[in-house]
This record gives sequence, C-alpha cells and structure tokens, in this order.
Amino acid sequence: MLYDLLFAPFVDYTFMQRALVGSCAMSLGAAPFGVFLVLRRMSLVGDAMAHAILPGVAIGYLLGGLSLIAMTLGGLIAGVIVATLTSLVSRMTRLPEDASLAAFYLLSLSLGVLIISGQGNNVDLVHVLFGSVLALDNAALLLVSSITSISLLTLAVLYRPLVVECLDSTYCRSVSTFGSWTPVIFLIMIVLNLVGGFHALGTLMAVGIMILPAVVARFWGRQKLGLMLVIAVASAMLSSWIGLLLSFHFDLPSGPAIILCLSTLYVFSTLATLFKKQPKPLKSITHSITSSKD
Amino acid sequence: MKRFTRLWLGAGFLCAITTFAPLSYAKDTPLNVVATFSILGDMVKSVGGDRVQITTLVGPDSDTHAYHPTPSDAKTILKADILFVNGWGFEGWLDRLVDASGYKGTLITTTQGIDGLPFEHEDEHEDGHKDEHEDKHEDGHKDEHEDKHEGKHADAHGHHHGDTDPHAWQSLAHAKTYIQNITRALLAADPEGQAVYTQNRDAYLKQLSDLEVLVTKTLDTLPKERRTVVTSHDAFSYFADSYQLKFLAPQGLNPEAEASARNVAALIEQIRAENITALFLENIVSPRLLKQIAAESSVKVGGTLYADGLSKPDGDAGTYLKMMKHNIITVYQTLKPE
Repeated sequence: MLYDLLFAPFVDYTFMQRALVGSCAMSLGAAPFGVFLVLRRMSLVGDAMAHAILPGVAIGYLLGGLSLIAMTLGGLIAGVIVATLTSLVSRMTRLPEDASLAAFYLLSLSLGVLIISGQGNNVDLVHVLFGSVLALDNAALLLVSSITSISLLTLAVLYRPLVVECLDSTYCRSVSTFGSWTPVIFLIMIVLNLVGGFHALGTLMAVGIMILPAVVARFWGRQKLGLMLVIAVASAMLSSWIGLLLSFHFDLPSGPAIILCLSTLYVFSTLATLFKKQPKPLKSITHSITSSKD
Repeated sequence: MKRFTRLWLGAGFLCAITTFAPLSYAKDTPLNVVATFSILGDMVKSVGGDRVQITTLVGPDSDTHAYHPTPSDAKTILKADILFVNGWGFEGWLDRLVDASGYKGTLITTTQGIDGLPFEHEDEHEDGHKDEHEDKHEDGHKDEHEDKHEGKHADAHGHHHGDTDPHAWQSLAHAKTYIQNITRALLAADPEGQAVYTQNRDAYLKQLSDLEVLVTKTLDTLPKERRTVVTSHDAFSYFADSYQLKFLAPQGLNPEAEASARNVAALIEQIRAENITALFLENIVSPRLLKQIAAESSVKVGGTLYADGLSKPDGDAGTYLKMMKHNIITVYQTLKPE
C-alpha cells in the first residue's frame, strides 16, 4: 500500500524516473546558489535573469529552430552578457548591483520581445522554449546533469571567496584580483542553472527550485552556512519527490505541484519560526570560515 | 529604338485598358478581405482568385491560440471589406481586436451551418476530471443547437475555447460548408464577380470530392484494430469523426495547458493496453513530451500532422488541400498493416 503510494510510480514509468532524476540534479546544482542569492539579498535576481536571457533564447530559436543546444547557447550568451555588464557597471560606478541588473534585464527583455514580435512567427514561444519535467529526453537530462556538475565544482572552488564576498565585498576585492571576479562568476553560474532549468523543466521550476529551498534553509539553518546548504538541497529534493507523487496521484501539472510543495515547506517554516524567535542576522558565518580553515 | 518599343507597348496597353475597361471595371480596386488564420486565408484566396486582396492575420506555422494581435492588425482589419473568422472561440483574441479597431464591415463566421462537435475527452483518464467533463458536455449540447443557427458564438468566451470544438476544417465535408459560406459572402459584397466566384467554388468543391475519394481508397480500408493514434493536442476530433478514427492526446485541447503525471501515465497504459501503433507530431506544438511517451511505450513516431496552421508555401502543407492530403496519407502510411 505504502509502496504503491510512494514508490510504484517511479518503478513503473521511465518518465517518472527521468523527472525525479532531472529535478534532483537541478536541486543539487541550483539550491546552493540560491542560498548565496538569499544571503546577498538578491532573491529576485533569478526572476530578473529569467527575463534577461529571453533575447538570446529567441535568437537561438530563430537561427537553430527547436534545438536544445541552439536555444541554451543563445540564452547562456545573453545571460552572461547581462551578468558581466551588471557586475562591471556596479564595480566601476557607485550603482548597486541590483539597480544595474534591473536596468540591464529590462533592456534585454525589451530586445527579446522586439525580436520575437519582429519575426511575426507566432508559435507560443514560451511553450515551445520551456520544457516540462515530464518530457525530459536524454539531451535535456544530459544538459541538466552537466550543469549540476559544473555548478558543484565551481562551488567547491569558489566557496570561500563567495562567503567573504557575502560579508564584505570591498574586503574581498582588496584581498586578491580573483576576488573581484567572484561576483561575475557567481552571476554566470546563476545564469547557467537558470538556462538549463528553463529548457529542461520550465520557467517556474527553474526559478522556484533555486530560491524557495534557500528561503526555507534560512529558517532552519541555525546560522550555519554548511547546514543551510544541506537543508536547501534536501528540501528541494524532498519537494521534487512529493510533488511528482502528487502530480501522479491527483492529476496535477507537475511543475506547479513541485513548487507548491516547496511553498508549503516555506509557509510551515514561517509559522514555526513565528512562534519561536526571529532568525538572527548571519553573524556566525565567520565561524564557519575559521572553523573550515582548521 | 528602345524608346520606340516602349511607346508601342504603352499604346498597346492603353488600347487594352480601354477595350476591356467595362469588363474589368471592378478589378481596379480588388475586394479587400482579411482572414484570421492561414487555412481560412487559403480557402478565401482559392474562391476569390484575383478579385480579392487577401490578408491573413496569423501566418503559416503559427499558433492561432497563442496569437497576440498587433496594432497593424487593427489597421488591416479597419481597411477590410469582409473579415472571415472561424468562430466557436478559435480566435479568442478576435472580439477585443474588432472592438478596439472599430471595424464596421461585414464579419463572416465561416463555420456557420456546420453541426459542431462538443469537446470530447473520452477514455483519456478515469475519475480525475469527471465532474468537469460532465459540465462541459452539458453546456456543449445546449450551445450546439444555438450554434447551428447563429454560428457566431465566439463572443464572451475570452481567450479560451467555447463549448464547441472549433477545428471543423479537419473534415473535408465541413470544408465544403466553409467554401459555400465564403462564396456567399464574396457574392454579396461583389456581385459582378459572380462568374469567377462560382467557377472557382465549383472547381474547389470538385477537388474536395476528389480528396474524399482518396480517403475511401486509403483510410476506409484500415482494419478496425488499427484506427487509434496519438497526437499532441485534441485538434482532430472532426478528422476522427469523419473517418472513423480515434485520436488520443495527452494535453487536452489547448496547447497552453501543462500535462499532469497521471495523465501521461494513463496514456502510456492505454497505448500498451490497446496496442496502439502510431503517434504523430504537430507543426506548432513542442514534440518533446510526445517523443518521451513514444520512447516509453515503444510506439513509432509517424511524422508531422498539420492541425491549426499551414506550413510555409513550399512545405508539405502549403495549401489547405495539400494539408488534408498530407494528413490523410501520413496517417494511412503509418497505420496500414505491413
């Protein structure tokens, strides 16, 4: 009975296995970066980036047709350009990062809409461009898992600069030249995860699985960064599993079901902490650095 | 010398104009007509010939469901003498566009007189959607009768479909009604073109009948157990109804809806249980989900069918007739017993 409820769908159907593998891989790659986004007070960057990659994806579609590679590359290039320009401008002027990102993503979005409407081709682009969790083919799975691998490797290399950057970006820049590139690489990794997520899983899934677990982890992480990362990944994976089961048993669209599970976790966490105490600002993050140095 | 020939040509041209002037009087300003999507546009062009200047709002390989009208569309409509629409909520954006443009000309609903099918989602899945379906069926029957007389039931349905399945052109028999409606409207607006219009109409009706002969030679010969296929959205109920086929679709009628895991699983089960052999892609819908289902249930992918829009002029389905022929032959080739 319990087996039928929890495991049978994944044993019986390959598309369910693929959906689970894809969303778990996505959780592993995107959720940690989401944690850093939340810590840097840039939770809405995911949404902004989603719009920023549109012109690239559209150009990729127009040049290469319905090819995963063309659209991913296009989106990636557009995203990287926006990310780099954002960081450059905020480094060279006194404009904060989010303000210059807002400017660039609007610029990019309007370009994208212009390109799409200029073509007069009215296939529902959003539907064509963005995949569904249930339709993961080999190419899409490969894309998601390679992006996850790259993300994890980058995270391993960049972990300490990222933490320092979160606390004091001026200090990070002054310590090494590499430090000043940290925010750029960070934004590029965000773009990479989002672009992969869009094509494989859909817009809602990509942004949702990045930010929501991080917010949940912020509540339960007891101000320890390592714990927060683990909680974020774990809650994202748990929600993917439950969401897919809900979609299977109750006939719900899969992407929204998964995101709704994550949102439920978030609401639960909020209520739980409301009756306890507020999360303190992240002071003890320095401990995690010093302790990991030993 | 060159100048001389030109002069002669000019003179000849003048002569031609003056001699034929009374005959081609109306031709100086061809009838300005607008059709909402590529299939309708092709039909109108076939009947109207040179006497009409046709503009199509939603071009080939495009999705009429997802279309967003532009200001230039409003301008186009405003200049039109006749606006041809499919009706039954197919062009969900049309009412707003007509209102916004202030169009006062004739609006012809080409499905007028066709006995529409209500939405059908039979045996796709068991209980999940039942209540919803029952509602739809009830409404469907009620409206069906009104539609028969009015045909113009698209209002008030907003972006979504009404209760009648709008894809009536997927049946050759209904296509004849489309052609009759179009001819009637053109005749009313331009009586002098009667000879041209009726001649074109008769020629087109003959071609439709020829295609029906093709159907009896191909699809009608299929054995009973090889008459079920899978497509990506429910646009083929008229095709299925006319030629005794069964079409299953994982996503319901509108490509905008997202599939649920249960729905996909039910479809895979059904494909396995009923030994369904063929699965078709569509020109305007992303093929990923269908390919996934095909891989899982080891069904062969039978090629692309055209549902809501023509292909580019040089493609498989550049005109309505080519499209129907392509669909019939594609379905037959895939389904016929080896």
